[in-house]
Amino acid sequence: MQLSVNSETGFTLVELAEGEQAVLERLDLPEEFARRLMELGFLPGHVITAARSAPGGDPRVFRVDGSEIALRRDTAARLRVRPPAPLSSAV
Amino acid sequence: MSGVPRTVAIVGPPNSGKTTLFNRLTGLRQKVANFPGVTVEQHLGTAQLSEDREVDLIDLPGVYSLRARSEDEQVTRKVLAGTMAGVPRPDAVLLVLDSTNLGRHLVLAAPILSLGLPTLVILNLADDLRARGGDVDTAALARQLGAPVALISAAKGEGVETVIQFLLGRVSAPAPLELPVLQDVPRCRQWATRVGRHAGYQPPAPPVWTRRLDRVFLHPVCGPLIFAVVVVAVFQTIFSGARPLMEGVETLITASGGWLGARIPAGVWKSLVIDGVWNGVGSVLVFLPQILLLFLFIGILEDSGYLARAALIADRTMARVGLQGKSFIPLLSAYACAVPAIMATRTIENRRDRIATILIAPFMTCSARLPVYTLIIAAFLPERPVAGPFLGSRAAALLGLYVLGFLAAFGTARVLKSSVLKSGPTAFVLEMPSYRWPTWRGLGLRLLDRAKIFLRRAGTVILGVAVVVWALAHLPLHDGRAPKIEASLVGVMGRAVEPLIRPLGFNWKIGVGLVSSLAAREVIVGTLGTIYGIEGDAESAGLQAALRHDLTPAGAVALLVFFAFAMQCTSTIAVVRRETGGWKWPAVQFGYMGALAWVGAFAAHQVLSRVI
Repeated sequence: MQLSVNSETGFTLVELAEGEQAVLERLDLPEEFARRLMELGFLPGHVITAARSAPGGDPRVFRVDGSEIALRRDTAARLRVRPPAPLSSAV
Repeated sequence: MSGVPRTVAIVGPPNSGKTTLFNRLTGLRQKVANFPGVTVEQHLGTAQLSEDREVDLIDLPGVYSLRARSEDEQVTRKVLAGTMAGVPRPDAVLLVLDSTNLGRHLVLAAPILSLGLPTLVILNLADDLRARGGDVDTAALARQLGAPVALISAAKGEGVETVIQFLLGRVSAPAPLELPVLQDVPRCRQWATRVGRHAGYQPPAPPVWTRRLDRVFLHPVCGPLIFAVVVVAVFQTIFSGARPLMEGVETLITASGGWLGARIPAGVWKSLVIDGVWNGVGSVLVFLPQILLLFLFIGILEDSGYLARAALIADRTMARVGLQGKSFIPLLSAYACAVPAIMATRTIENRRDRIATILIAPFMTCSARLPVYTLIIAAFLPERPVAGPFLGSRAAALLGLYVLGFLAAFGTARVLKSSVLKSGPTAFVLEMPSYRWPTWRGLGLRLLDRAKIFLRRAGTVILGVAVVVWALAHLPLHDGRAPKIEASLVGVMGRAVEPLIRPLGFNWKIGVGLVSSLAAREVIVGTLGTIYGIEGDAESAGLQAALRHDLTPAGAVALLVFFAFAMQCTSTIAVVRRETGGWKWPAVQFGYMGALAWVGAFAAHQVLSRVI
């Protein structure tokens, strides 16, 4: 299941700096919680943009699927992402 | 549809504007109750469609899906299926979706439409969609969904006519389609994208103003600073801004009492009406403007979308005491009243976090404490500037009491979360809504709701206690005459508790007030109004002067501390019992808060009476 490409270029959402984008690969979270995040737009394949954070850097707001959702760092660290395809237009 | 609907449910994801539409349609004809057996609130209302047609509306809690995982989803599901006891099965549905985020919101359309009820799909926030350059072809979307579609702005009233036509049964529906009900979230979302594309949906440009405002409100330095300024401004306004209004109400009550007193012959009845009812209830009613002002601020913060940012800023502080940002919103609403706050904790999935939040919520300074605080502060503390013209000494004292309650709450949370209610790190997910202008209509309805609750309490609990206190103060009769108040039942009762409260600097009259305030905190103001009214000696000088006569400054501080900590509220005890499913937690809470109140007041009195 793990592609070699991912292990080289893969990283997690928590590593994004403000304004950076990435594509969600998978959610390493308990099923119920993952499902809730998916309903809010955190779906594999969707582009996620890191936005502002609370003072101190935690939690951080992410733009995904037309809305802004705040997550704590420990949750963001469980969302595996990859860099956006070079040709993909910024959404 | 066959005939005209009688009961219609309003369904939709959170933040899609369901309640705005509900308010728009029902206006003043609505009420809030609980669904039978569960803690989810149900908002019921009646919409007048035409001169002779009306329809009952149910505003259901916001849900993203119908998988019945949370209590909210179960309620929505049951109501729509007609299996919720005591709630009639709706014969039509208004599905409210946010048109600026249609891709994600359309996901809910499939499970709702497959229920087979006549449904109007409402795309709300049309003004926002257009202002940001988005578009959607409603006719095409109607064909895609097999249901009529209306693009409206519930806040502005635009397009609401179509909703009324639908409720009158005058909107023809396209042929219903078999929609895929998928359990898999990614596939649901793909279906929604496809439907949106076929309906020519153009997502709007990002909300520029929201991002600009967030640059300020979530700025590492400005953000917390603005938060602090907002809080200080609220307190200053509550104290100084409300004063002319409060004086107006007071004049009105005194004048009407005088008018009435002149028309009742002197005797027992006059004493009951004037000393008992007018002084008792009137001294509480004076605080109505202040409480409404507080709710106006809370309403503005909530309706504008700022509250979600405040929760975000607060999350780290909450995490430090072992709670989460989600506890913040219930705790913030506890500033209004602990009862809805405790009900709002059901959004917290982790049971231990939820119990901890319930246990600390009554420490937050609720609006029932406001009359007590205001009365004592105004009686003992002269007004003088503390921080230039921005903050006066009285507002600062009030702010200090709010901080005291806050510290008690957080200290308690810390202890609980590191001992009996310990749990692992919890999830925090919070959607940041776009900023919106609060509408006068929405704010007005909130205030009206609050005024009704306040007046109902004044007319029931406070009136009842005032009459009982008056009666106890006139019994037992000696040769058909009322005894001196010290020898009356109320005096006996006060003297019985006096040994317990003497170390706190309170005399027997305050003791009677404390006993009566077990029903509800603000009752003490009414009780003291009644007692002093009967005593008569302070009639001209008013409640404040009478208090100065009875309490030392150290005793006054002790009384404030007592009210900051004690759990004097039968409604809160009842709701905690219901929410935690037994008497264990409310008993623990009552005992703990009472002990803390006694010890805190004792310490304050002992220390201050030596200093002052």
